[in-house]
Amino acid sequence: MLHGLAGQALAFVAALALAPLLSGWVAQCRAWLQNRTAPPLWQPWLVLHKRLLRETVVAENASPLFRSVPALVFACMAIVCTIIPTLSTDLPLAVVADAVVLVGLLALARVLLSLAAMDVGTAFGTLGARRDMMVGFLAEPVLLMVLFTAALGARSTSLASIVDVLAHRELAIMPSLAFAGVAFTMVSLAENGRIPVDNPTTHLELTMIHEALTLEYSGQHLALIEWAATLKLFAYSCIGIALFCPWGLAADDTPLALLLAVPALVAKLAIGGMLLAIAETVSAKMRIFRVPEYLGIAFVLAVIGMLIHILLGA
Amino acid sequence: MKPRDPSLGPDQTADALPHQLRIASGFPNARRLPGELPIHHQVVKPVQWRDAALGIARDAASVISDAAPARLIALWGSSDTRSHPLASAVFGLPDGLLWLDLPITDPDAGYPSVSDIFHFAGRMQRAVFDLIGVRAMGAADERRWLHHERNADNPSAEGYPFVKVEGAGVHEIAVGPVHAGIIEPGHFRFQVSGEKVLRLEERLGYTHKGIDARYTRLEPIEASRLAGRVSGDSTVAHAWAYCMALESAAGIDPPDRAIWLRAFLLERERVANHLGDLGAIINDAGLAFGLTQFSRLREVWLRESQALCGHRLMMDQVIPGGVAFDVDTTSLASAGKAAGALAAQVQLLRAIIDRHAGLQDRLRSTGTVTTALARRLGLTGMAGRSSGIACDLRYHLPSRPWAALSVQSACQSAGDVAARVTVRFDELLESLRLLECIAVRVPAGPHHLPVKLPQGRHCGAGAVEGWRGEVFVGLEIEVDGTQQRLVRCHSHDPSWQNWPVLEHAIIGNIVPDFPLINKSFNLSYAGHDL
Repeated sequence: MLHGLAGQALAFVAALALAPLLSGWVAQCRAWLQNRTAPPLWQPWLVLHKRLLRETVVAENASPLFRSVPALVFACMAIVCTIIPTLSTDLPLAVVADAVVLVGLLALARVLLSLAAMDVGTAFGTLGARRDMMVGFLAEPVLLMVLFTAALGARSTSLASIVDVLAHRELAIMPSLAFAGVAFTMVSLAENGRIPVDNPTTHLELTMIHEALTLEYSGQHLALIEWAATLKLFAYSCIGIALFCPWGLAADDTPLALLLAVPALVAKLAIGGMLLAIAETVSAKMRIFRVPEYLGIAFVLAVIGMLIHILLGA
Repeated sequence: MKPRDPSLGPDQTADALPHQLRIASGFPNARRLPGELPIHHQVVKPVQWRDAALGIARDAASVISDAAPARLIALWGSSDTRSHPLASAVFGLPDGLLWLDLPITDPDAGYPSVSDIFHFAGRMQRAVFDLIGVRAMGAADERRWLHHERNADNPSAEGYPFVKVEGAGVHEIAVGPVHAGIIEPGHFRFQVSGEKVLRLEERLGYTHKGIDARYTRLEPIEASRLAGRVSGDSTVAHAWAYCMALESAAGIDPPDRAIWLRAFLLERERVANHLGDLGAIINDAGLAFGLTQFSRLREVWLRESQALCGHRLMMDQVIPGGVAFDVDTTSLASAGKAAGALAAQVQLLRAIIDRHAGLQDRLRSTGTVTTALARRLGLTGMAGRSSGIACDLRYHLPSRPWAALSVQSACQSAGDVAARVTVRFDELLESLRLLECIAVRVPAGPHHLPVKLPQGRHCGAGAVEGWRGEVFVGLEIEVDGTQQRLVRCHSHDPSWQNWPVLEHAIIGNIVPDFPLINKSFNLSYAGHDL
């Protein structure tokens, strides 16, 4: 139990520390792929540091909701990161939240952010909130389907149990998981505001989805929201790794095993980040009304994955 | 305030006239100004002013292939303490340009509006009122345009009265004048229903600085520097048009070498702008790869310009009487080779872009301006050629050196962002071909002649096909002994014609496509606000 708590604490700290670095790594890979000189890996940390030092300016007509949302969103993402088995599957806190709650937490963060964006009543905030909800209501069912497909095999909705089962099965490609994996990749791009659904580096307010929500935030508020966004990307990456590439997790609770799991995680995140950068570099952003089609395909793939599992048991 | 009625303007279904109006037959009293381009000047009475506009507009409807369409190019006003204020208009006809001056004897009575005939004249007339205080009589829209602060003298209006769309679920998005990117200021007011744009209204004038008035306080020779700063991305075109106008007023003919070197600079400017804009258009569709590639090519290109003439944007290189720089044959030859090498790289990028399905999906059928709409609204220049309006001064009124180079004018009829990208690519490659030719054919001789302005008052005009379209400069000089001054001078940027068309190009499109559509036109704020 004590070792479990230590593992839990290590995973939490690793998430908080590594999440901005993962975003920095993706930005770095993108820069390289575009023949640009890359910013340093720790650039997101520098930006967070800068934001934390700056004065926080809030619109005059902002309600308490607007002020509390950054902390709440950050808390949601932090909890999400604690219940995903990143280093080991022995997570004492995992009992409080299963895969369904995980999707719920992500949805809660989205709703809070959208409400805050509409709170001050700017056109861009409302526009972004509307678009983000459109992406969200299509993306969440896909994520649930993917998680259910994996949960069916483990006969549990606890992420730790699911990953425990997946990590100890024989190495073979399961058709159901292959379909779920494609669906999960597609929904991850949409949920994290990456190309082809959204462009995280754009300055054009009229085209923004996720960035438009945070236009009115500044200083520490913005730091928390940006940190939460990197945590979200980290969480999605870790869910992907845990479900589709669970090997390398600590087998037991010894401190050595836990510490050895860290480089394995970093290596997998590095590969994942590189693949994300490649996908973003070769695609253009799609028209916003193509997003429902795109997420519709993801949903169909997720359903096929689940049906294959139910019908074929594979 | 009523919304602008899109059905205004010449009726496209009207019976086409069997003949086309020519300056030679229709305006026999117009005086041909000295200079190579056939630009004619005439002082008219109010009734002739409107009749000319009506006749030319009727002609615009009857399209004759391979001839430049009849069109309004510019409309401005000028006032001088020593004489009546003037309203001036420049029309394009198949056999040349026609510049009409209308003396306004009674400023309170104004002058007849032609905005019901030429759609985009409305804004020019509003600018005339702002600048010289003479109203166009019978114009539907009398709001202020360039002078924002003067809106206060209309007590019924609170700020600027934007036209509002009423209806369930319709709301407004205000963008600018300060934008997120490092671009010029302008305000865009969208009326949207969901993501669909029902109406866009522009408000410009944020960079108004009084260029026309400033001209009159400068030495005519020196003022070419101001002309080169009307719109920084078209500095060569504007400076050349000004110099052409001044040379026409002075009745001098710049040497051959100067003309060829000017063309060399103009095509370099076109290449630089297309390289920059193509990258930006592709980046607005989310493909940052295109931006970095084209930015690199543009940067190398600008540095080469710096090495050739000492300025990255080639500012102040075109001066009255010739050009300010000279190059040796070796540098020219290597510049020609560099153009050829760039063409190969552009072809490579073009192949990638043409085959990128995701990108093409964004570009095609986005921001469509049909040929009929383009003709009705007077779309011009590069954007016009993307909507089937074949009009290119280099092609239709070829003078030195274009006649010797047989310029191939690009034209597409689809009128969407993809068509504008295609035309930009075609013009880019054609300019590179021209540069290769020019580099080996620049004649020897002096690159500059001293300009001596003749005594008395003289009008002069110049027109240059800049990368956006026809840049026109009309001026009048007065030389009295050693005193030289510009009585009046006006620089016209084609952005005047095309800004109103952008409002139509976005209708029915979705909000997030606006930056892409806007960038495909990339109109000048500074050149319009003057």
